[in-house]
Amino acid sequence: MTNSNMVMYEEEFQELNRVIERLLREANAKVIFLVDKNGQLISGVGETDRFDTTSLASLTAGNIAATGGLAKLIGEKEFSILFHEGEKDNLHISIVGGRVILVVLFDNRSSLGLVRLRVKKSSEELSTIFERLVKKSDDKEKKGGGEFPFAEITDDDIDNLFS
Amino acid sequence: MSFINYASREINCKIVYYGPGLCGKTTNLQFVYQKTAPEAKGKMISLATETERTLFFDFLPLALGEIHGFRTRFHLYTVPGQVFYDASRKLILKGVDGVVFVADSQEERADANIESLDNLRFNLIEQGYDLDKLPYVVQYNKRDLPNVISIEELRRDLNPTNVPDFEACATTGEGVFETLKAVAKLILMDLKKSR
Repeated sequence: MTNSNMVMYEEEFQELNRVIERLLREANAKVIFLVDKNGQLISGVGETDRFDTTSLASLTAGNIAATGGLAKLIGEKEFSILFHEGEKDNLHISIVGGRVILVVLFDNRSSLGLVRLRVKKSSEELSTIFERLVKKSDDKEKKGGGEFPFAEITDDDIDNLFS
Repeated sequence: MSFINYASREINCKIVYYGPGLCGKTTNLQFVYQKTAPEAKGKMISLATETERTLFFDFLPLALGEIHGFRTRFHLYTVPGQVFYDASRKLILKGVDGVVFVADSQEERADANIESLDNLRFNLIEQGYDLDKLPYVVQYNKRDLPNVISIEELRRDLNPTNVPDFEACATTGEGVFETLKAVAKLILMDLKKSR
């Protein structure tokens, strides 16, 4: 695994949001989240106000990590799709481009088949955007990112966080 | 692996509390949770057994404030301390930005501390990290108990590299924020250095 930091830029952020907003409509879903494998929420669209998105992101990543551990034990690389069926709401969780988790929450206005179909299409687009993002961030790092917000950080800045 | 979001102007960092079973990792997080203003914290999640032993992890998101216009968030995790949960511990270390090793100061836990620290080092290597290069602090917890090992001895056994260390009593909160602040500071300084 790489130890470099994950970075998100405005342009790619907008593009990702466009893709998941379209997926939200096409899959008739309630909420869609993008989460990184370490449990940090990247973005969410739909009825996000109704959910504790931070917790959802962390638990989703824990879930993917645990099933990934299970997969390795039986000789699989990973389980790329998880599906949780509830009485009303369901969760479709999939890994995009090997690095990001796509979470689709839907109810009986949609169906597993429809969600799977639409997710598959969107995943390819999302993958491409994330690949570009990684490349962009690597390039900027090589050049030495002058815009990095913490370059000028002082002890006082940090102390103020805890005051 | 921190996550820097220029679009929403946020930086997220992951801190993992590691240590032997019943050393007080969850208690550390509970104290931080209790003493943090509601607007600065999210819900604390504990995936625990019926007897309140950590089964997978505890999770506490903190949004501390802004640095140069960027909202700084720390995600605090604990690992399950019991020896047989090693597979789960490895998973939680993924993407870690800083580690707090919580030692149990009681004499009878001396071996458990050493075993857990070895396990931390080993599991980090497996994930591609080196403990000596990570932001890392040590906390000697349970200093209020009668049968504790001296700080000198704990230091010799558990902190040979002389990283910042703190005496604590997580149940009353003594040393808890000092520990958190120290690791947060190391993480932010590390981020600064990495550029």
